[in-house]
Amino acid sequence: MAEVRVKTKAAVPSGQPAPEEIREQRRYLDLGLTDAEYERVCERLGRLPNYVEAGLFGVLWSEHCSYKSSKIHLRKFPTSGPQVLQGPGENAGVVDVGGGLAVAFKMESHNHPSAVEPYQGAATGVGGILRDVFTMGARPIAFLDSLRFGPLTDERTRYLFANVVAGIGGYGNCVGIPTVGGETAFDESYRHNPLVNAMCVGVLEADKMAKGAARGVGNPVFVVGARTGRDGIHGATFASAEDPTEKERSAVQVGDPFLGKLLMEACLELIATGAVVGIQDMGAAGLASSSAEMAARAGGGLELNLDLVPVREEGMTPYEMMLSESQERMLVVMERGREELAFSILRKWGLEVAEIGRVTSDGRLRLRFAGEVVADVPVAALVDEAPVYDRPADTKYAKPGLAVAKPDLPAGDADAWAQHLLALLAHPSIADKRWVYRQYDTSVRTATQVGPGSDAAVLRLPGAARAVALATDGNGRYVYLNPRRGGAIAVAEAARNLVASGARPLAITDCLNFGNPEKPAVMRQFIDAVEGMAEACRALDTPVVSGNVSFYNESQGQDIFPTPVVGAIGVIDDLTRVTEAAFRAADSAVILVGPIDAALDGSLFWQLLAGQPAGDAPPLDLALERRVQDLVRSLIRAGRVRSAHDVSEGGLAVALTEMAIAGGVGATVTLPVTPRDALQRAGLLFSEAQSRILLEVDCASAQDIVQEAGQAGVTALVLGKTGGDAVSIGGDDGVWLTLPLAAAQAAYEGALPQAMQAPSARGEADA
Amino acid sequence: MRWAVIVFPGSNCDEDAALAIDRVLGDAVDLVWHDQRDLSAYDAIILPGGFSYGDYLRSGAIARFAPAVAGVREAVQRGALVLGICNGFQVLTEAGLLPGALLVNDHLQFCCELAELQVENTKTPFTLDYAAGERIRIPIAHRDGRYHADAATLTRLRREQRIAFRYVQNPNGSAQDIAGVLGANGRVLGLMPHPERAVAEWMRSADGARMFTSMHRFVEQQGASLAASAEGVGRLG
Repeated sequence: MAEVRVKTKAAVPSGQPAPEEIREQRRYLDLGLTDAEYERVCERLGRLPNYVEAGLFGVLWSEHCSYKSSKIHLRKFPTSGPQVLQGPGENAGVVDVGGGLAVAFKMESHNHPSAVEPYQGAATGVGGILRDVFTMGARPIAFLDSLRFGPLTDERTRYLFANVVAGIGGYGNCVGIPTVGGETAFDESYRHNPLVNAMCVGVLEADKMAKGAARGVGNPVFVVGARTGRDGIHGATFASAEDPTEKERSAVQVGDPFLGKLLMEACLELIATGAVVGIQDMGAAGLASSSAEMAARAGGGLELNLDLVPVREEGMTPYEMMLSESQERMLVVMERGREELAFSILRKWGLEVAEIGRVTSDGRLRLRFAGEVVADVPVAALVDEAPVYDRPADTKYAKPGLAVAKPDLPAGDADAWAQHLLALLAHPSIADKRWVYRQYDTSVRTATQVGPGSDAAVLRLPGAARAVALATDGNGRYVYLNPRRGGAIAVAEAARNLVASGARPLAITDCLNFGNPEKPAVMRQFIDAVEGMAEACRALDTPVVSGNVSFYNESQGQDIFPTPVVGAIGVIDDLTRVTEAAFRAADSAVILVGPIDAALDGSLFWQLLAGQPAGDAPPLDLALERRVQDLVRSLIRAGRVRSAHDVSEGGLAVALTEMAIAGGVGATVTLPVTPRDALQRAGLLFSEAQSRILLEVDCASAQDIVQEAGQAGVTALVLGKTGGDAVSIGGDDGVWLTLPLAAAQAAYEGALPQAMQAPSARGEADA
Repeated sequence: MRWAVIVFPGSNCDEDAALAIDRVLGDAVDLVWHDQRDLSAYDAIILPGGFSYGDYLRSGAIARFAPAVAGVREAVQRGALVLGICNGFQVLTEAGLLPGALLVNDHLQFCCELAELQVENTKTPFTLDYAAGERIRIPIAHRDGRYHADAATLTRLRREQRIAFRYVQNPNGSAQDIAGVLGANGRVLGLMPHPERAVAEWMRSADGARMFTSMHRFVEQQGASLAASAEGVGRLG
């Protein structure tokens, strides 16, 4: 191993402080390092870091890259199982879906950039997660997006919403991958901190996985794709800063979906040659994190010559090159001697490529520039030895909804109850999302069997008689009211959505969107939510294979609802058994699988009455959840279910009406109860109690199904029949409400378009 | 018969088109890279959907300079069938092989949905297998799909029965609800809807399949398949 002397002084470009100045003037604070972290860097290096080195530690030890506040808690997630081919730690998780195929998937947040520059923030979020997936050697087949915004009565919210949706479509449509699902919810809590979580799913042959490890001493390292510019420097540290109003637009990158598409095609072609040793997207913290992480995974080192990095402008410093977050760039390690293969493929796609270094065995990240060594640090110190914090958490979470008084609800006539239902149907969180997904290409690649609007999207897999089902879920209100149960519900509901479409849930990815982790109350929310999720993952056999954490979603001291979002995937191995949420026919029986419940805890109905989230999180029993899911899945597999829909936000009444609207067929149902008062009646209609699925089945088999459910330890009740052009719901005491389908449809389908027609919704238009 | 699907770097419906031909007809189909000019081996050429060269300028504005588009021009001369779908339609108008232009949708948004179309002319190579006045359902997915032409052109198109399809409910502000138009020789069709995405019931509609069967039947009936040597044509992965 050659002796290398770091000529720190000689390598300091003008305007950059010398190592001593960094210490004396505490310049490391600007680079994202705390006093203690800076001391730790000095100790580990045995000397003072120069500016480039301090910058490397600043970004790699940022919350965004190092997960320093969440790491010890994320270890509680189950991450393995016979279906798991790749768990957390790679660019994406990979699960076996049978038939020799595997699916790579991951979800990632792009909340902070989207709050500042919604179109590009969302577009680059989509581009980034796309690269994470094709890096695994997987052909991307679908996007899903989970979005949260403030109320649409707010003009800036309409601007953010319109442009986030346009940005997602702008990138996804151009790269030719269908956006097939997701969810969008609106609550005051997200007014200043919208959430934009993008998920990508790709398919690969199970034995052809690519990895992000820089192996093989002497192998060449290439930068492929866009040139490196000054855009997005400090994106990672910026994401960990507090107030989006203070965040700079200039720290947001600009996406080029055409280049993203070329990069995807070229990299897939390149990986297929077998000559790629390791490959990684240059995402957050750019070249710094991609090189360090690739070296760390291989347990080796890298030496890079920054003079060879193709740049957009002259005079870029090593610091800027390492931290640039210019989009559409990949770091690729090839087998020595097979470079020409790479060049010919990249040339065909018109892509720029530069050999910038080689793999070493000394475990160091060494950077050369203008004849000097400008950084020389142990890879392990950057990646594996990043600080890990067990941040203080409140010992007990004070459930904020328990103090809310029960609502005083007038008895009301049938018309008043129909109005309650209409109000829920027209609430933007429940209302039809066609306004959103109409802007996404949902059918390109001709594999979409079920697109947006049902419980889960279903995509056929190429060359196999099987399909994957995809869904995202996560209700911040539930987690705010009871983090542990709310976290469990996010997993349970995502899996339930898959089951309702006929799939067997396999695994999940997640985006954990929380407030400021330096607040003990937020840490308590985080810890409890993770534990609840882990518990549900174990109960439902859906390990976590990838994901990300987004902290500091706060503004003016106000944190968002803690919002873990779950992206779940399942497999369907009989294409004739794909089930949707739309009623298929008149004169079918309608069955409720799962308990009749009148608890209004956590419901949107109660929140709208109280003006704040109220009660506990909705009831959930994970053992029952498992039984319900197993039962419904076996009924669907046996071909005994015409349509199925998860009972979620808005409760039984909304779920039933959604099935009717989607199918264009009404229904008349009667619950076998006489409510003692208006509140209990409201609960029966609008409770968001978990583990419930509505089924449409042949009348002739309805009683058998109820019996089989009983044997499986699950309550099931025949509630009524489909038919007619209204939804009618009642109890033993008579009809409670009747809502003509046309009125329901008008409210449900009209809500978002009407809200978005308000003046200046387009605001600052396209970027 | 032999089909070519032209692949520009930003095409993203090329494989869908090839797959549809395979699913519906089982005919030979080649994916032809945009730098290839010689298309003389093909009876029918598809310009697929996508974003040919990113389309940051005007959709199809750069693609019209591609060698393959010069090849398409020659193919039109010799009477081969040319089908431009979505971005392919945009390319054909930019290349002057079809009249008019595709402007941004009147509502300024991308729009993806299953559109209902009225078949306006069943005497074309692309619509033989549809019934007169039939309504079919084919998905659209575009932002720049508002068909525009001057009044004289629209009158001529109508008089010459070169409007192949109209939208039943106009989704983008297209002049006279036009969804697809024919070239002067009747052998070129450009349309915004995606027939390749509607070739099986599980796709929500199988109505697009008959566009491909029509083209196949037309070529077969012509008897003389145009010199169909497959040599020198590589299939691209």
